[in-house]
Amino acid sequence: MRRHIMPRNYFLLMALLCLSAPLLAETAEEKGHAIAAESIARDTGWGDMKADMQMILRNKQGEESLREIRIQSLEQANDGDKSLTIFDKPLDVKGTAFLSFSHATEADDQWLYLPALKRVKRISSRNKSGPFMGSEFAYEDLSSFEIEKYTYKYIKDDTINEQTCFVVEQFPVDKNSGYTRRVVWIDQAEYRVQRAEFYDRKDSLLKTLSYSGYNQYLGKYWRPDKMDMLNHQTGKSTELLWKNYSFGNGLNDADFNKNSLKRAR
Amino acid sequence: MKKSLLMPLLLCSFIANADDNVEISGKVGIDLRLFPHSPSYSEQYSTTNISGFIEPQFYYAWNDDADYLKFIPYLRWDQHDRERTHGDIRQLTWSHIGDGWELHSGISKVFWGVTEFQHLVDTINQSDGVEDIDGEDKLGQPMIHLSIARQWGILDLFALPGFRERTYPGAEGRLRSGLVVDTDQANYESGAGDKHVDFAARWSRTLGDFDLGLHYFRGTNREPLLQSGLTSLGAPALIPHYEQINQVGIDLQATLDDWLWKLETRWRDSRNDTFWAVQGGFEYTLYGISESDKDLGLLVEYGWDERGKRATSPVQNDLFLGGRLAFNDAESTELLAGVSYDLDYHSYSFQVEASSRIGRGWKASMDLRLFSGNDARDPISALNRDDHLQLTLERYF
Repeated sequence: MRRHIMPRNYFLLMALLCLSAPLLAETAEEKGHAIAAESIARDTGWGDMKADMQMILRNKQGEESLREIRIQSLEQANDGDKSLTIFDKPLDVKGTAFLSFSHATEADDQWLYLPALKRVKRISSRNKSGPFMGSEFAYEDLSSFEIEKYTYKYIKDDTINEQTCFVVEQFPVDKNSGYTRRVVWIDQAEYRVQRAEFYDRKDSLLKTLSYSGYNQYLGKYWRPDKMDMLNHQTGKSTELLWKNYSFGNGLNDADFNKNSLKRAR
Repeated sequence: MKKSLLMPLLLCSFIANADDNVEISGKVGIDLRLFPHSPSYSEQYSTTNISGFIEPQFYYAWNDDADYLKFIPYLRWDQHDRERTHGDIRQLTWSHIGDGWELHSGISKVFWGVTEFQHLVDTINQSDGVEDIDGEDKLGQPMIHLSIARQWGILDLFALPGFRERTYPGAEGRLRSGLVVDTDQANYESGAGDKHVDFAARWSRTLGDFDLGLHYFRGTNREPLLQSGLTSLGAPALIPHYEQINQVGIDLQATLDDWLWKLETRWRDSRNDTFWAVQGGFEYTLYGISESDKDLGLLVEYGWDERGKRATSPVQNDLFLGGRLAFNDAESTELLAGVSYDLDYHSYSFQVEASSRIGRGWKASMDLRLFSGNDARDPISALNRDDHLQLTLERYF
């Protein structure tokens, strides 16, 4: 019996080794890239989305300032998403709207609508690192995630929010990025970002972003209800609350042009 | 004007009462102008002026937002200038949104163009000249506006029944020419007068980094010829004469990384004149200057008019330099400074604008303007003693 079992176990072991051989040979860079690719693959096919967003800006003294924004986005097959952002608060920018066609490696196309002048302005998308509406979120923190925007390096596994996570370093390709790198915690169960740390151009820790309240939509796509950004260098923070996610609204390209920008509300 | 305001006001109070779904927003404001110099002309007010305005917005949508009404009345009160105390319907439209087309009917405002210091191709609306001297404030224009969006771009077609006369400061007002413009005596080349139906079309398209617009306009020139005449009391005055024109124009912007290259040009043909005018330049932005969150935009533009010194516009051979500093802070603090230099008359005007949000619904701004011009043929020379500081406080609701 024993003599019989041994070879069977031996073959099983060999088979396992053969299967896992590519994994063992995988470099940290390849593993980091594969994790990003998988998280993108799992978040493909959502079509269109609408959501409301509230931003609470807090300075070191705890004084608050409120932003209210509505967002519509449309997934594109072989390109970055199209999105339309409408500002409700602060009241002096109410009715201002922002249209963006994001691209993986090329510069994004962006237009701003100024309701007082009824003017549509094409604006430069070069400003990646600047603050979005005075908040602790930079424009690049809110742009759509495309695999080509970073190079990757897997560091380790770690457990946060009771989730076992991959910890991956992401190095921005764009020289205009305000960061040398991001360190991102992605849970192994659903490939959702749980936390991100941002390192400034001097490679000092600048900000930490924590995600919470993930819900699943269309039985597949995970979206957080809350994103907390803390700036370690200034003590300022921004709390971003998402509400009223809705998918399958039947949006198409015609909802993302200069005419729809002008009548956005 | 009072009569034309009454009807919409009744209409808005009706819709506001009829339905809770009417969205109301808007702003009120007060501004103080301080002039360090005594005025050039005897009737003008002396050194300080207070003025206030209100601009509410009413919005009502139905048919799943495919139809909506928008109403924006505007009222300004001015301490000294009776002409500046005025009202206007900035917008009163019914809009219908179809599949790839939309129709806006009523009174509205449309902006065309890309440059910052002069808006050559912005044709549809009349300037509300009593509001400010920058020409950015416009009067509501009656229109039927059809817009068609296709793969080949956006085509806008306008029928414009009814003409709005330009507003000018009254005798008591500052920031005016030596002779008062007597708007009551305005006259027209067209026998239809201010009932002439104008027509306009514009095609616009984005091609990669380029945003291009072409337009055609046929109808009453928004910019009058100012002819010398007499007021009803026999005093010398300027009388606006509105010609019929044909106009074609182009606006183009190239958005190349941190450079925005801008060009506007138009050709205008009237009974008295046929000429080209051009405004062009660039805006270059330095992002995150000295490792802060601040952005500094540098603007350079040049304006040219084929008529040279005969031009009715103050811009005929002028250079513009400007800087825009955005603090990108929670209060959206901004500082804008600009100088325009007339290369023919060697006169300049200098302007600084600063603004910041206060609390949740307030905004404060400060505008400083300085003028220099000694040649009487140069329109800016009339403003020689009108340097001023303007402080504005606005409340949004």
